[in-house]
Amino acid sequence: MNPLLLFVFVLAIFLGLELITKVPSQLHTPLMSGSNAISGITIVGAIIAAGEGGMIATILGTVAVTAATINVIGGYLVTERMLGMFKTGKDA
Amino acid sequence: MAAWQTFAYIAASILFITGLKMLGRAETAKRGNRISAVGMLIAVVATLAAGGLDYTWIVLGLIIGGAIGALAARRVQMTGMPEMVALLNGSGGLASMLVGWAEYVRVPDVVPFSAVAIMLTVLIGGIAASGSVVAFAKLSERIDGKPFLFRGQKVLNASLLGLALLAAAFVVADATVAGGVGGVTLAFGLVLLLALALGVLAVIPIGGADMPIVVSLLNSYSGVAAAAAGFVIDNNVLVVAGSLVGASGLILTTIMCRAMNRSLANVLFGGFGATITAGGSASQGVVKPLSPDDAYFILEAANSVVFVPGYGMAVAQAQHVVKELADQLVKNGADVRHAIHPVAGRMPGHMNVLLAEANVPYEQLVEPGDVNPAMETVDVAIVIGANDVVNPAAKEDPSSPLWGMPIIEVDRARTCFVLKRSMNPGFAGVDNALFFKDNTRMIFGDAKATITSMVGAFKES
Repeated sequence: MNPLLLFVFVLAIFLGLELITKVPSQLHTPLMSGSNAISGITIVGAIIAAGEGGMIATILGTVAVTAATINVIGGYLVTERMLGMFKTGKDA
Repeated sequence: MAAWQTFAYIAASILFITGLKMLGRAETAKRGNRISAVGMLIAVVATLAAGGLDYTWIVLGLIIGGAIGALAARRVQMTGMPEMVALLNGSGGLASMLVGWAEYVRVPDVVPFSAVAIMLTVLIGGIAASGSVVAFAKLSERIDGKPFLFRGQKVLNASLLGLALLAAAFVVADATVAGGVGGVTLAFGLVLLLALALGVLAVIPIGGADMPIVVSLLNSYSGVAAAAAGFVIDNNVLVVAGSLVGASGLILTTIMCRAMNRSLANVLFGGFGATITAGGSASQGVVKPLSPDDAYFILEAANSVVFVPGYGMAVAQAQHVVKELADQLVKNGADVRHAIHPVAGRMPGHMNVLLAEANVPYEQLVEPGDVNPAMETVDVAIVIGANDVVNPAAKEDPSSPLWGMPIIEVDRARTCFVLKRSMNPGFAGVDNALFFKDNTRMIFGDAKATITSMVGAFKES
């Protein structure tokens, strides 16, 4: 375990808080589903568990890969679909 | 970890940060989402390419998960978006929980710091997973959306959380001695179960009108769970991406709370709406009903019309006929706007998504602060299935639970139409004095049918 990760963690939280200010309400849902897809990054840990572990870890990892993939694919596609609907008066 | 893999993860992190930033602005949102998706692809490929993995089960999971995710994203209706987001969020939380669990099983003796990370991953991931499932059930009305309260609820929740932390501490303390035997395994299982139970217990007392806050908070949790999983597997990209999501979810939660003038603690522990008794003078007065045909004559003469959509519009699937009516009004020379309250509906931005689906131009969408100052000049305000966000008690009645919440002040418009199924109070269970105001006309019935007949009247003329 690397203590530097704590440092990264704190910095990333601050970065996140700075990054998303004054989001127009039109984008609240896409922002939520889009960031939700990013939280599917846990797929990296799931892949390692499913491919490296013993039997139990493989079972848990496989379910985790499935769930994380649903999160990632579903999240990005649903966000793409919603953003595709937002149009301005000109091209509506 | 090979150097190239580190670089790939750094690249992915940068793409996540850039993508998330772009997602917050209308002009760049679409590109932002794609950029963040590319980051995800890079992270996954870099993990797969590292070698030393048995791909059989990984590929199986990727295929099944990908198929379910793609199908669900394609099939879901825009009105079903809140429950979809809740489910996706739940699967993310579940994945993090399982990663923590698998790591606990896989690594025989871990250092205390990693053990703490594992327990936090399991705890937060579990809460996010089961909490999201309950939110999904409430949003899709598989279970009652009303707050579910019982005596000693807070004490029970606090005790269970305390027990979970105690059990987690026990696992951590013993992790250095021996991994996964006897009492420790039992304690680990207890943490797992308690996390799932806590997620359920945390969400059931929250009423339908508060769902936007809960959904964004659960979103934040699943991000934090992913970050905790990053500590477990010692991986920077998980920590960075997870923290970003945690922070963005927290910001959305704050925006939602501010829109209701309530603290987060009040939302989470308040059991809003369940304890309110209908004692106010608000329920006295005479309701003035109006037929859609008569409404047409008022609309026909109106120069300025403001629509105020709420959850009822989503339920009635009325967004497309609203757009039709708006078009007719514009053709008739009226100035038309849609005033959207930040917490209208069941998730942040719910109404925007529905109106966008119906092709309502972005220029017509305004926020409460844009319409309130000149509300006196609005000829007709049409409230469609919104209730608490237009309740004048928020500024007139200090004893109301809505007191102080910023509302759309339709009671100050020259005429206010309220489209409603019946006289039942809104989700929060609070009486609405708006219905009894002199300038309010109630149009009872299904919102979609009502608006359709108004559109018909315009077309005939």
